[in-house]
Amino acid sequence: MSDVEKAITRVHQEEWARVVAALTRRFGDLDIAEEAAAEAFAAAVERWPGDGVPPNPGAWLTTTANRRAIDRIRRESKREDKHREARTVYDDDPPEPLGAIDDDRLRLIFTCCHPALATEARLALTLRMVGGLTVAEIARAFLVTEAAVGQRITRAKAKIKAARIPYRVPSAEDLPARVSGVLAVLYLVFNEGYLATGPDSGPLRHDLTAEAIRLTRLIRALLPDDGEVAGLLALMLLTEARRPARVSAGGELVALDEQDRGSWDAALIAEGHRLVRERLAAAAAGVAPGRYQILAAINAVHTSARDIRDTDWSQVLALYDQLVRLDPSPIVALNRAVAVAELDGPEVALAAVDRLEPRLAGYHPYHATRADLLRRLGRSQESRAAYTRAIELAGNTAETAYLTRRRDQLG
Amino acid sequence: MQYLVSVIDDKSNPGRTDRQPAISAFNERLIAEGHWVFAGGLADTTTATVVDNRGEQAVFSDGPFVESKEYLAGVWVWEAPDLDVALGLATEASRVCDRKIEVRPFL
Repeated sequence: MSDVEKAITRVHQEEWARVVAALTRRFGDLDIAEEAAAEAFAAAVERWPGDGVPPNPGAWLTTTANRRAIDRIRRESKREDKHREARTVYDDDPPEPLGAIDDDRLRLIFTCCHPALATEARLALTLRMVGGLTVAEIARAFLVTEAAVGQRITRAKAKIKAARIPYRVPSAEDLPARVSGVLAVLYLVFNEGYLATGPDSGPLRHDLTAEAIRLTRLIRALLPDDGEVAGLLALMLLTEARRPARVSAGGELVALDEQDRGSWDAALIAEGHRLVRERLAAAAAGVAPGRYQILAAINAVHTSARDIRDTDWSQVLALYDQLVRLDPSPIVALNRAVAVAELDGPEVALAAVDRLEPRLAGYHPYHATRADLLRRLGRSQESRAAYTRAIELAGNTAETAYLTRRRDQLG
Repeated sequence: MQYLVSVIDDKSNPGRTDRQPAISAFNERLIAEGHWVFAGGLADTTTATVVDNRGEQAVFSDGPFVESKEYLAGVWVWEAPDLDVALGLATEASRVCDRKIEVRPFL
């Protein structure tokens, strides 16, 4: 890649959301903003190799995009009435002060993740408008057709306009719920990258995990005092840190107890631990941690152990107990049982897992966890049946390979 | 900006029938805050008549245009600056009516 190409890629990552957000604010229309921003970046690709990268690339892009938007509005004079009409919808007041940064990108993120939009629409819209991914890239990421992604985005934009979903940072009262909606979207993107589904998909999708981390870092910069934002970022970093050890050369998933801990990314772990310590200090000062912070703390315990045998399981269990109080879902109970197995033995854990059967019978980790506990109890035949069920339900190629090997190792 | 706010009841799991005083109080508030445009409860769907005069001759038929478990029990028209305000009110309305609420913008 040439220096100019590198510069364009970097500027695209840094400036795309800013350009779209500023244009949306100015023109009151996501459609115009998206198109004009895309045209401005296309112009950069065309002109920068010859003219050189301008001294302030962000300003160049914003100016170019503004001109393109105005051109389009002039071209479609009918549009202009719509534009004036739409403009009044948008709140021209600066967002309520949240930390040090007042940024249109926050408005953009909250609009894209609005609870009145379907989850798939929020995902696609956020990746397009905030992340700057193309429709083709989003389609590849979620294994759906470009037409389907295009339609989701078009419909979402039409709903935002017709129903007047505001371009605004929510009020302080609504903020925690709305931030949690944004984080849920980013966590979905991350998880799809970390445990990609589908037979044709690679087991890990670094493009998706990296994008989720990049966007979460952005939210962290915009909402530096939000504990759950810090928690989710830490959780992603500590999970991503283990990526190099997670899939074997043969394409098989490597479980935590068999991973080469030396290949974990020390810089990501250090950054994740710093964030967890920051949240622990806040918790000590009386701020109750939310679920992402607790999950991050659990991952901090795992990534602190140089060897699986050094894992502080009682700490892990205490954190799961805390999480169960916050989120009494059967999935949390299942993960808690893994820690119980280490402390109280597989028999106690199996009894806890079996109680979850009515609610988790279609969830492959339930069967994989049972299979492992039954194997440790020497109940090979039942273990084999549980592995088989887990293999049938699992969607990830590396995980299927791992489960198959474990099943075949049963005597 | 105006929104049609539909109150949806469920034949197999109807909402409570003692909600009228609370709904009246809520309406007073909508009026006081400038959101109220129109409100009306609807008689049972079996009292509806469908008229079709697209053909040569008008046809009247008994009953609602679509039979379903869930049905429209009443409507409001609200004035609100944006969807967040409308959804905030609808959140309260759902509790007040003990029924689901659909919020849909007018063109």
